[in-house]
Amino acid sequence: MAFYRPAPYQKPLAIALLLAMLVLPNVLTAFGQEFYIGFATRILIFALAASSLNLVLGFAGMFSLGHAAFFGTGAYVAAICMANGINDALLVFPLAMGVAGLFALLVGAISLRTRGVYFIMITLAFGQMAYYLFVSARTWGGDDGLPLVGRLNLAGFSLNDDAAFFYAALASLAMSIVFLGRLADARFGRVIQAIRENETRMEALGYPVFRYRLICFALGGGLAGLAGALLANLTGLASPNLLQWMQSGTLLVMVIIGGVGYLYGGMVGALILLCLEEVLAGFTLHWHIGLGLLLLGIVMFAPKGVAALFGKQHG
Amino acid sequence: MAEALLEVRNLSRRFAAVDALKQVNFCVEAGEVHALIGPNGAGKTTFIHHVSGALKPDSGSVHFAGTDVTALSMHQRVAAGMARSYQITNVFLGLSVLDNVALAVQGRQDSGSSFRFWKPVIAEQGLFDEAFVYLEQLGLAERSVSLAGNLAHGEQRALELAMALATKPKMLLLDEPMAGAGPEESARMVELIEHLARHVTILLVEHDMTAVFRLADRVSVLVNGSLICTGTPDAVRADPAVRRAYLGDTA
Ligand SMILES: Nc1ncnc2c1ncn2[C@@H]1O[C@H](COP(=O)(O)OP(=O)(O)O)[C@@H](O)[C@H]1O
Ligand SMILES: [Mg+2]
Repeated sequence: MAFYRPAPYQKPLAIALLLAMLVLPNVLTAFGQEFYIGFATRILIFALAASSLNLVLGFAGMFSLGHAAFFGTGAYVAAICMANGINDALLVFPLAMGVAGLFALLVGAISLRTRGVYFIMITLAFGQMAYYLFVSARTWGGDDGLPLVGRLNLAGFSLNDDAAFFYAALASLAMSIVFLGRLADARFGRVIQAIRENETRMEALGYPVFRYRLICFALGGGLAGLAGALLANLTGLASPNLLQWMQSGTLLVMVIIGGVGYLYGGMVGALILLCLEEVLAGFTLHWHIGLGLLLLGIVMFAPKGVAALFGKQHG
Repeated sequence: MAEALLEVRNLSRRFAAVDALKQVNFCVEAGEVHALIGPNGAGKTTFIHHVSGALKPDSGSVHFAGTDVTALSMHQRVAAGMARSYQITNVFLGLSVLDNVALAVQGRQDSGSSFRFWKPVIAEQGLFDEAFVYLEQLGLAERSVSLAGNLAHGEQRALELAMALATKPKMLLLDEPMAGAGPEESARMVELIEHLARHVTILLVEHDMTAVFRLADRVSVLVNGSLICTGTPDAVRADPAVRRAYLGDTA
């Protein structure tokens, strides 16, 4: 293992990509393809959700199968806020992050006492418990979910416009990636990466390992909550399916395709998986077969994920 | 009598069918090098695990620097001033030698609480400068940018020591620091430990009798989980029970 260091050209590439994203809504509109603004927004949101899982799984080595619970919690927080007339994004997004983060703190406080398969199973169990809780919550729409009326406002602007909402999602993703990149290089990031490799050694160096894992788990949960709040705003629905283990599995697949422990792994994975789904689903109902073949190919030819193909420097 | 830095009282531990430690009473005085010897399987590593906090005893207590640390976890004992090296080399093989020690320095500086999320570590020259000082002390300065995984065995043992020292311990727990080393490496390690012993109290588990009798102020002998004798190297060498139980079969 080495500490994560992006290859030197990755930062300029990311900035170029960001600039391209800034004009994407205009380009799509010019070509009469406004439909794809929503699709692009979906990719940005899942990129954020997958990146939050990558913090937990890739950087800290915690194989959680319940990450979608925090994603879905964020969606419900947004829906419940809006149902109660709270429409300010600057209030709702932090609240979604806070509630999802606190929920993750609770789940982590219990599940992080276990390791290996037990940890996978207990995070799965917590995720499913949260799922059934929302399925049975009549006040919040039960298994139909809780619809949202309109979208949030940001600093006085309505996000009802698809392009405006695209920019809100883009800003959320960009800020999160910058934060995660800084975190990876900072003291905290080094500690969680070293814990991933050898937690006993870190204990013996005086690090309270449990506390680090817990805080990292909660940070990942909080970011997932932000992604969930965004997704509910995009689709207009907070559905219990967002919390389900299948959703956790989808996020895991994104991270694995993109690159476990690579800063841009979650982004790359979300882009590939959602585009593939879009293209293949147009051809055949059995698009999952194509997905399976792709996964097989990646495991064979890029076992560390696609982001790893673009080089990594050790530092 | 000098003040006891480490005091272990009536420590017992049972693994399934094995009584690994039986009512062990043991004490290390501040400033001494105290060697713990005994045949393979005697319980020496298990004892170190209980002192460092990696394992908890069935009964008995561990006192360090005047406080009962029996209930404290390993990282809390490190903060209290205990550091250990492992019998099987345990360093971060994929990190540079300097990064390995920098992690140890960082842990001590933050008292383990490195909750800093923004400032890049590579900009913290002070951290690496301090880590480098430990590498110099242990003769690893030229290897600072090498990957720990590319070091020779003896160098890895020295790196273990550098990491332990970087926590600025009051006491070092060394579990067979010469294990697997050739004669030259062993001789170098003996010199190193001799040098370290001027500044820090050492509890040394070791198989190499030449090293033990050269380094130790006092020696304790553990056989089948029981401490059968403690004394100066000469007294221990002369003890008939020790000769029978232990030294006899290796001499
Ligand atoms: N985790 C464990 N589970 C069961 N038995 C153990 C465990 N650790 C050590 N033992 C047993 O305890 C005894 C002492 O082992 P150890 O402390 O490693 O001895 P030493 O370091 O003196 O060679 C041995 O009989 C060993 O098999
Ligand atoms: Mg041993």
